[in-house]
Amino acid sequence: MRSWLNRDALLQAIVLLAVVAGMVWLVGNVQSNLERQNINSGFGFLSERAGFGINQTLIDYTEDDSFGRVVVVGLLNTLLVSVLGIFFATLLGFSLGVARLSRNWLISKIAMVYIEIFRNVPLLLQIMFWYFGVLRNLPSPRQALSIGEAMFVSNRGVVVPWLEAGAGAVWYGVAFAGVLAGGFWLRRRALKMKLNTGQASRVWRPLALLTLALFAVAALLAGVPFTLDVPYLKGFNFRGGLTVIPEFVALLLALSLYTAAFIAEIVRAGINAVDKGQREASAALGLPESLALRLVVIPQALRVIIPPLTSQYLNLTKNSSLAVAIAYPDIVSVLAGTTLSQVGQAVEIIFVTMMIYLSLSLLTSWAMNRYNQRMALVGNAS
Amino acid sequence: MTDPVIRISNMNKWFGTFHVLRDINLQVAAGEKIVICGPSGSGKSTLIRCLNRLEHHQEGHIEVEGVSLDGSMKNLESIRSNVGMVFQQFNLFPHMSVLENCTLAPIWVKQKTKQEAEALARQFLERVRIPDQADKYPGQLSGGQQQRVAIARALCMNPDIMLFDEPTSALDPEMIKEVLDVMVELAEDGMTMLCVTHEMGFARQVADRVIFMDEGEIVEENEPEAFFSNPQNERTKMFLSQVLSH
Ligand SMILES: Nc1ncnc2c1ncn2[C@@H]1O[C@H](COP(=O)(O)OP(=O)(O)OP(=O)(O)O)[C@@H](O)[C@H]1O
Ligand SMILES: [Mg+2]
Repeated sequence: MRSWLNRDALLQAIVLLAVVAGMVWLVGNVQSNLERQNINSGFGFLSERAGFGINQTLIDYTEDDSFGRVVVVGLLNTLLVSVLGIFFATLLGFSLGVARLSRNWLISKIAMVYIEIFRNVPLLLQIMFWYFGVLRNLPSPRQALSIGEAMFVSNRGVVVPWLEAGAGAVWYGVAFAGVLAGGFWLRRRALKMKLNTGQASRVWRPLALLTLALFAVAALLAGVPFTLDVPYLKGFNFRGGLTVIPEFVALLLALSLYTAAFIAEIVRAGINAVDKGQREASAALGLPESLALRLVVIPQALRVIIPPLTSQYLNLTKNSSLAVAIAYPDIVSVLAGTTLSQVGQAVEIIFVTMMIYLSLSLLTSWAMNRYNQRMALVGNAS
Repeated sequence: MTDPVIRISNMNKWFGTFHVLRDINLQVAAGEKIVICGPSGSGKSTLIRCLNRLEHHQEGHIEVEGVSLDGSMKNLESIRSNVGMVFQQFNLFPHMSVLENCTLAPIWVKQKTKQEAEALARQFLERVRIPDQADKYPGQLSGGQQQRVAIARALCMNPDIMLFDEPTSALDPEMIKEVLDVMVELAEDGMTMLCVTHEMGFARQVADRVIFMDEGEIVEENEPEAFFSNPQNERTKMFLSQVLSH
């Protein structure tokens, strides 16, 4: 198992090298052709003024910024929709996979119908359905659906109240990190106590106390450096709050719902792959079903689940480039779309875009390989 | 004779419409060793799996150590931890070391500390004669060694009763003896045992009673000597002539 994974990594490195070498050769070749014909080439354009606006930017960006910054803005937008998509698809996919195996006939059939529908309709169509069929058909801001006069849903997207952070907010960030670290520590301590004394220690009550204490300290140090920014209607659109654009909502919905169907099948197959003798042996030893699942079945199922799950994560990330169809400003839209049409240096631009996807994919595979290595079995399974 | 630890009366079980166990009556005293044999599909596995409720019976009564097994029971886990089971396919946990296989249930079910559980596990691994394999994984062991780990794993829960379902049928002939030796020793220590097996030598050596099942019924039941030398029922005779001929 171990040597296989190493071979896998080696293979990936060789492929990467080959791709880079091919690209370098291609670029060099094309460049000399272009030079002969007196056409602009190279990456100089990256520092030029972009001159176009982008409707969702996670960092500050104006038309006066460079194409280089456009790349960063697009990459962050791709990452945002991919990471959130992976999160929701995993959550929904695992639930559906378990539901599919439920002894309850209705629950299992509902999961089956979901899976069959979402995995058999082309993703591009699903993106268009959510965007043109649903979100764009919502009422205009003036007739927006309002939830408690604070949250508004309209064809311009979803507008929600937002906490405007002032100076000192960083203390709250520190407190939050402290709570996370404390939670991990308490869990580990509970397991250690269990193994050393047979008795589990408490986790939730000390964690609640820790949370209270840390945030109280943060409040003492920094006061309350937040102002609540509630959106309101002004003229034809909303002011204030945080606007989630409909393109983002549609893309995230479609990617999550579509990929969840595939993940559900992977999870189902993974759990089914664990011999039923494993559950019987656990039961015969007196382990309650929940413990048998947690300690015996799931660790073995994960071995089967993780490799195909990785390729679903890669697919989701790559599929996010379908954003182009509804003009969500992901890396492909802003770079291989808008920038390309303005600058016209197709080879360089497509090259950069491809390298970005390749790096994202390699990074994901690497992380998942590492995780899988930790789960690998020693010897042959009996 | 002491009170029986297992009492089965008028028990019937169906798989759907298939009547797999018919009107079973059986009592087992503490320390008694029972060998169950019979042709494939006669319901031997199903019968012993009813005793720790891996299978549910539909009619009649099963009582284990004074607790009646039925749908309304609350402490199924505590009964199960008093009744050890060894399977034909070993069913060791492949993602855990031998030692972890043996300490899992004592830690999580009996709330033992890791130290206590490991000391106990090493003691039983010694008893099944594989003390030096504690840190290996099941996949690194031979079939005979795996089955002995499975026996040690069950013993770590300190069960009062041990159920064996054809523990040597999946083993190569040269490994059968090492597993049977461990079982004989266990029998000599006074464990209550119900064992589905076709190892007639083992039956002669340790069994107090041999039970022959066919088509879901207990057809014949006798002391081993009488059972083998003077079977009463035609079906038993036929079965024995087949088993003993090879
Ligand atoms: N879960 C089940 N659902 C339906 N039928 C079953 C199930 N388990 C067993 N059976 C059937 O019940 C009958 C008895 O099975 P059982 O496993 O108890 O036989 P056995 O005597 O142990 O046979 P073997 O010697 O082959 O192990 C067989 O005909 C089998 O096909
Ligand atoms: Mg059987």
